[in-house]
Amino acid sequence: MRNLFNVKCVMFNVILLYTLHFTHYTAFAQPVSARELIENAQAYDGKTIAYAGEVIGDIMRRGNFAWINVTDGEKAIGVWLEGHLLKQADLLAGSYRSTGDLIEVIGVFHRACPEHGGDLDIHAFEIEKIAPGRHNPEASSFNTGKRNAAVVLLGALGLIWILAQLKFK
Amino acid sequence: MILKPRPQDFVVIGYYLGKIILGLALSMFVPVFAGLVFFREASPVLDFLIAIEIALIAGLLLTRACSTEKELNWMQGMVVVSLSWLVAMLLGAIPLYLSGHWKSFLDACFDSMSGFATTGLILVQDLDHLSFTHNLWRHLILFIGGQGIVIVALSFFIKGFSGAFKMYVGEARDERILPNIIHTSRFIWFVSIVYLILGTSALAIAGMANGIRPASAFFHGVCIFMAAFDTGGFAPQSQNILYYHSLPFEIITIIIMILGAFNFKLHYHLWTGNRREIVRNIEMVTLFISIMVLFFITGFGLTQLGTYPGLAVLFRKGFYQLISAHTGTGYQTIYAAQFVNEWNHLARVGIICAMSLGGAACSTTGAIKMLRLGIIFKALLEDIKRIILPERAIVVQKYHHIKEIFLEDKQVRLAFLITLAYFALYWFGAVAGSCFGYPFIDSLFESTSASANVGLSCGITNAAMPAALKYIYIFQMWAGRLEFMSIFTLIGVFVAVIKGK
Repeated sequence: MRNLFNVKCVMFNVILLYTLHFTHYTAFAQPVSARELIENAQAYDGKTIAYAGEVIGDIMRRGNFAWINVTDGEKAIGVWLEGHLLKQADLLAGSYRSTGDLIEVIGVFHRACPEHGGDLDIHAFEIEKIAPGRHNPEASSFNTGKRNAAVVLLGALGLIWILAQLKFK
Repeated sequence: MILKPRPQDFVVIGYYLGKIILGLALSMFVPVFAGLVFFREASPVLDFLIAIEIALIAGLLLTRACSTEKELNWMQGMVVVSLSWLVAMLLGAIPLYLSGHWKSFLDACFDSMSGFATTGLILVQDLDHLSFTHNLWRHLILFIGGQGIVIVALSFFIKGFSGAFKMYVGEARDERILPNIIHTSRFIWFVSIVYLILGTSALAIAGMANGIRPASAFFHGVCIFMAAFDTGGFAPQSQNILYYHSLPFEIITIIIMILGAFNFKLHYHLWTGNRREIVRNIEMVTLFISIMVLFFITGFGLTQLGTYPGLAVLFRKGFYQLISAHTGTGYQTIYAAQFVNEWNHLARVGIICAMSLGGAACSTTGAIKMLRLGIIFKALLEDIKRIILPERAIVVQKYHHIKEIFLEDKQVRLAFLITLAYFALYWFGAVAGSCFGYPFIDSLFESTSASANVGLSCGITNAAMPAALKYIYIFQMWAGRLEFMSIFTLIGVFVAVIKGK
């Protein structure tokens, strides 16, 4: 009986390994970088991957779905996800005024998505917020060094203009 | 014997250069206004105020020190134009560099020249967090460069004078649309502004339909229009057009890119009711044939690899990159690395050929241009006819460009000369790239993109590339945009200063 159980275990493991290794979808536990995905797109095509990065730009809702663009600091990739995932995550997108939420996406990678006109994208079925984004207070403040430089240059400009007027007269 | 330029020549050059610098300073008030009123970005506005002050100081000093009422001769006009573009690059780079998004002033100059020359190659870092004010400036310099820096000054800041035509020609615009060159400049602006309103509206509506917020959709619409119509290729986000994931957006940008590749003279005739011109004009016929042939080559290359699932997807990706290349825009719906990894040599050769040919003369595109290509083919036809027909037969070749024109040897010689100069420039950059260790086909791709002011990249252009290659690409963008004559004149003046008597 015990032997039979072991044989079943071995068979199960073999089938599991075969499924993971040779089937279309392969799970990657560690997030893959955008560069790795773009430069080795064929290897990852159709596989389930994890990708982490900052949400940037606009969150574009399309009916029951949405597009978000996620950058890992080097390259950005479009992520297609269902509206309810977006609602759960309540995302802040990064721009000049803010650093967007840092998220991890689990989804299927396409090097040339047939559903989206051949775009390189990820169809997400799970997203997780790793770190919340924040607004950038520097966006609406003056840089002191630049302000001083502007004042000095303004003085020089005024002086040159007055001298030019005097010479002209 | 080479004659040394007289001091008076430098005075005249300095005076008009000063005027153009003042014009550039005024153009920087656009991002300042937008930054204060719409975007409320204080720090970026300061970057522009500093650049404006530097430009005003330089402009004032030059116009006062070189004050003259003399008009430009051909040599002076050409030198003013070539120097104006270098000065514009330096001044335009100041606010970019101050933003902190460029690793060095050279990188900022690279992007500034890329903008003014309507190329679209970029070295900017973290573009997705760049301020709206700086982003607007990036696209505005495409618009200014596309119209012609000197045309901006001609239209608004310099009153009519006979030297205007010399500077107009120096900027690679050798066709008068209207008898008066100032009126011609203003017509070019009029056409551009009308299309700006229509194009921005169409893109903003498409953006909103795609789920972008109205204010953001309008901003993207303005930026993308300026870059597409002036065949520049910058985009507000790092993913370029791929950011939008939208077929309508791609279709609208294709239409705008093609409109940007039309000759302004053709625009004038279409606007005044001469619609048949579009099917008769040698440039349009050549452009149509060229697009068909090159799409066949590119498409055939893509089918060999099977990268794209289905013909519709292959057409969407292949045709978009091809139109972007042929019009000299440089918009991409694929990543740069995909050109290398997922497109084979044949498909890339199709794109390289499209980039090298460009759009119509007197348009915002760069490269060899359709008129020259058409003339060369007509000359070839003429020679074949001469061989076939009896010796006593008189062979006359004509082409239609607004009116019927008899083909003359002078036109053919000039077309060949400029075409050869472009090929030399493409090869120069390709060899230089190879010397730095890049594969030849990739180097040729990037070199053609820079020289023909396209902006498509297969990945060579990045902040880490050798500084010498950055200088080479800057030179290529500058020479390619001005179509050599004013650059040759500037080199000639340098030689005359050193060797002249």
